[in-house]
Amino acid sequence: MKKLIAAFVGSMALASAPVALSAEATKELKMAYDADPVTLDIHEQLSGGILQLSHMTFDPLLRWTKDLGFEPRLAESWTRIDENTMRFKLREGVTFHSGNELTTADVKFTFDRLKQSQDFKAIFKPFSGINIIDDYTFELVTSEPYPLLLNTATYIFPFDSEFYSGQTEDGKDKSAILKHGNSFASENLSGTGPYTVTERKQGVRVEFERFDNYWDSESPGNVGKIVLTPIKENNTRVSALLSGGVDFIAPVPPNDLERIRNDKNANLVTMSGTRIILFHMNQERVEAFKNPKVRQAIAYAINQEGIAAKIMKGFATPAAQMSPEGYQGYNESLTPRFDVAKAQELMKEAGYEDGFTITMMAPNNRYVNDDKIAQAVAAMLARINIKVDLKTLPKAQYWPEYDNRAADMMMIGWHADTEDSANFYEFLTFCPDADSGAGQYNAGNYCNPEIDALVQKANVETDLDKRAAMLQEVEQRLYDDAAFVPLHWQDLAWASKKNVKIEPVLNVMNFPYLGDLVVE
Amino acid sequence: MLAFLVQRISQAFLVMFVISMIAFAIQDGLGDPLQEMVGMSVSEEEREAIREELGLNDPMVVQYLRFAGNALQGDLGNSYFYSKPTLEVIAEHLPATLELVIGASLIIVFLSVPIGVYAAIRPQAWLSKFFMGVSTVGISIPVFLTAIVLIQLFSIGVTVNWFPSDTGWGQWLNDFFSTEGGLPSYGRGDELTHLFGTWESGFFTGTGLMHLVLPSVSLASIMLPLFIRLIRAEMMEVLQSDYVRYARAKGLSAGRINFLHALKNTMLPVITVGGVQIGIMVAYTILTETVFQWPGVGLMFLEAITRSDIPLIVAYLMVVGLIFVITNTLVDLIYGLVNPTVKLTGKKA
Repeated sequence: MKKLIAAFVGSMALASAPVALSAEATKELKMAYDADPVTLDIHEQLSGGILQLSHMTFDPLLRWTKDLGFEPRLAESWTRIDENTMRFKLREGVTFHSGNELTTADVKFTFDRLKQSQDFKAIFKPFSGINIIDDYTFELVTSEPYPLLLNTATYIFPFDSEFYSGQTEDGKDKSAILKHGNSFASENLSGTGPYTVTERKQGVRVEFERFDNYWDSESPGNVGKIVLTPIKENNTRVSALLSGGVDFIAPVPPNDLERIRNDKNANLVTMSGTRIILFHMNQERVEAFKNPKVRQAIAYAINQEGIAAKIMKGFATPAAQMSPEGYQGYNESLTPRFDVAKAQELMKEAGYEDGFTITMMAPNNRYVNDDKIAQAVAAMLARINIKVDLKTLPKAQYWPEYDNRAADMMMIGWHADTEDSANFYEFLTFCPDADSGAGQYNAGNYCNPEIDALVQKANVETDLDKRAAMLQEVEQRLYDDAAFVPLHWQDLAWASKKNVKIEPVLNVMNFPYLGDLVVE
Repeated sequence: MLAFLVQRISQAFLVMFVISMIAFAIQDGLGDPLQEMVGMSVSEEEREAIREELGLNDPMVVQYLRFAGNALQGDLGNSYFYSKPTLEVIAEHLPATLELVIGASLIIVFLSVPIGVYAAIRPQAWLSKFFMGVSTVGISIPVFLTAIVLIQLFSIGVTVNWFPSDTGWGQWLNDFFSTEGGLPSYGRGDELTHLFGTWESGFFTGTGLMHLVLPSVSLASIMLPLFIRLIRAEMMEVLQSDYVRYARAKGLSAGRINFLHALKNTMLPVITVGGVQIGIMVAYTILTETVFQWPGVGLMFLEAITRSDIPLIVAYLMVVGLIFVITNTLVDLIYGLVNPTVKLTGKKA
C-alpha cells in the first residue's frame, strides 16, 4: 500500500517542479493563514490581515523591531524640531511597483488619505498636518505634544500618488476609499514593498512575486514567489503543513502545538502576545458591582494561572493588568491574586455572603478557547456564591449584544493599535461618553475621572520615563479598584517547515516581515 | 409535458419566494455585517453612517421590497465581503462544488451498483457480509471524521510499529499498514483548466485529479452505504418476483436475468432516491468543503454566515432551492423514460 501510493505521488511531484525566478530570490513559499486580505486597499480596513498585506507590498516610514523599538524604512532618519513637530528625511531612489519614484508628495497624499479613512482617521486625529520642505524632507505636526508620534508613523505606508490619482475608465475617482463596492484601490496596488500581487482570487489564493527593483538591497530575503491560501479550519491548516502542502502556517491552534513540536519536519515559534482577554463587570446593570469589595472578590476568585495552564495549554500568559510586558504601562509588581478564602471574606465584608445571580456572555469563535474560558470563569465564580447564567454566541451575533451591553459580565479581547498602554484605557476603562467616543468598549461602565485625567496627562507627556511612571500608576489604580477582570494575553504561534527560517522575521504585532524571509 | 414544466416552474418561483422571505426574516439573528467591515476602534458615528449607506436602517418591509424588486430583474444584490454581485460570486464558486459532487457521484455509482447487486445475489457470501458490515460502520461515521482520518492516512502518513520489525513478516506487516501520505489535503491545486465562463476544471490535469481524491471519497462515504443497502434490498425483492422466477424456469442465463431484467427494475426507486440525494449532497459539501478548504459554494456559504454577509446568504439559499427544484424535475423526467407507465401530470389513479 505504502509503495503504491509513494510511486503515484512521486510521479505527480515531478510534474510540478518549481519555476526558477530571478537570480537571488528563487525560492517559492506556500503559506496558509486563517484568512486572506479582504481588499488590496490597505486604508480600507484596519485589521491584522491588512497590516500583514501592507508589510508585504508596501513599506512604512519606520517599523517595529522585535523588542518594540523602531527601525528606519522609507524614512532614513527623524529629528524632533519642537514639541509638536517631527522632521523626517525620506530615503532617496526608492521606486514604486509602477516605476514612479517616491517623494514627499506621495507621503502627503498618503497622509491625507489616511485622514479620510474611516478606520484610520481616529489614530491620526492628534496630527494637525504635514509640511513638505523639499522632495525628500517633510514634517509631521501634531496639535499637542504627542508621545506616540513614531508609533503612529509605523502606519504610514506611502502610496504611489500618481498611480492612485485621476479617474478610471468608467469615471470613478482612483483615490476613493470604499467600504463596500469596488474601488480602484481595492483591486489595484502599487507600493514600494518587496512583493507585487500577481494574482488574486478572493477566498481562494493570492500570489505574490518579488519586486525586481526593491530598494532594500540589504534584505536577506530570498523568496521569489509566495502563494497565500486562506485555510480557516484549524485542523486543515495544520494538516496542510504536516503533509508538506504548505511551508508556513499561522495561527497554530493550541491543541496542535504538541503535535507540531514533535514533528521532525516542522518548526514551531511561539511568543507571548499583546492581546489582553478580560471580563467587564457592568455596574449599571448590577448594583453589587458598584462595590469595590465585590469586584475585588471576583478578582481574587479567578485563577488566571489555572486557565492559562489547563484551558490554554500554556498558550497564554496570565495577566493581572492590561499592558503586556514591553509596554510603557506594564507594572511589574502586579501579579494574579488568586485566593478563594480571601475572595469569600471580601464577599462577606461587602454583605453578599449568600451571593447573587448574574448573566454572562462571551463569543465562541473569536478568541482562542473563548467559550471554555467563560465556562471556567463561571465555575470559579460559583465558589464565591455568584451564580452565573452563561450564554456564548458566534462573534457575528456577539458584537451587537456587546454594543447593547446585554449581559452583566461580558468578555472582550483587546490589542492596542498604537502598541501603547493608553489605548487600552481609552477604549476599555474611560468613563463612557458617546459624544467623544471615550470608553467605547467599556462594558463595565466603570468610571473614574481621576484615572482618565491621569491618562490624558500622560498622552501629552513626551518625556517617556515620566510617561511610563504615569501609566504604571494607572495600571496600579485600576488593579486596586478591580475595574475589570484580566485573564491573560493570548500567545501567538507560527509553524513552518524546518528549512523556512521564520523566527527572525516574526514579531509580537503578528505581521511577519516576509520580505526578509530566508528559505534554505 | 408542457403542463408539467409550467407547473414545475411556478413551483420553483414559489419555493424561491418562500426561501427569500425566511432568509429575510432571520437576518436580524445573523448578526451585524459591519463587524467584519470595520476595525474595532471605529467610532459608533462612523458605523452609523455606513449602516445608513447600506440601507440597513430601513424597516424590514422596505428592505424586502427593495430586494424583491431587484430580484425580479435578476439582481440579488452585492455581497458585502466580495463587493461583487452575489450571483457572480456564486457562479465563481459553483464549479468547484459541482466537480466535487460529480467526483463523489462517480465513486458512488461505480461502487454501489456492483456491490449492491453482488450482495443481493450472494447474501450468504463472506464478502457480502463484509461489505454490509463496513457500510453499517460507514453510515454511522460523521463526514468530518472520515475526512480527518483520510487526511492523516493519505496526506500526512502514518508509521506503524505494531509488529516486531526485526522479523521479516513483522516488517512486512508494519510496512503494509503504514502509509506514506502525500495526497493533497486542501484546495484544488494550481493547475486548473479553464472550460468556459467561470468554470475552471480540475478533471483534466494530474494535480487537479489528485486534489479531488480525498474530498470526493469523504463526500461519497456518507451516501455510498445508503445506496449499497438500497440496491441490495430492492434487488433482493425483485429476485423474488414472478417474472424473475419465470425467467429462471425458462432457462435464461443468470447474467441475463440479473443484469438485464432484474437490475432494470431495481434502479427505479434508486433513481428517485438518487436524485433527491444529489440535492442533499450539495448541502453536505458544506462540511466536506470546510475540512478540505475546497473553494466551493459550501465553504463560501459558511464563511458568509460567520461574516453576516446577508445578501450572499440569501442568494445562496435561493440558488440551492433552485437546484433542488431542478434536480427533482429531472428525476421525474428520467423516471418517465425508464418506466413508461408513470404519468407525469398524474391523472387520478
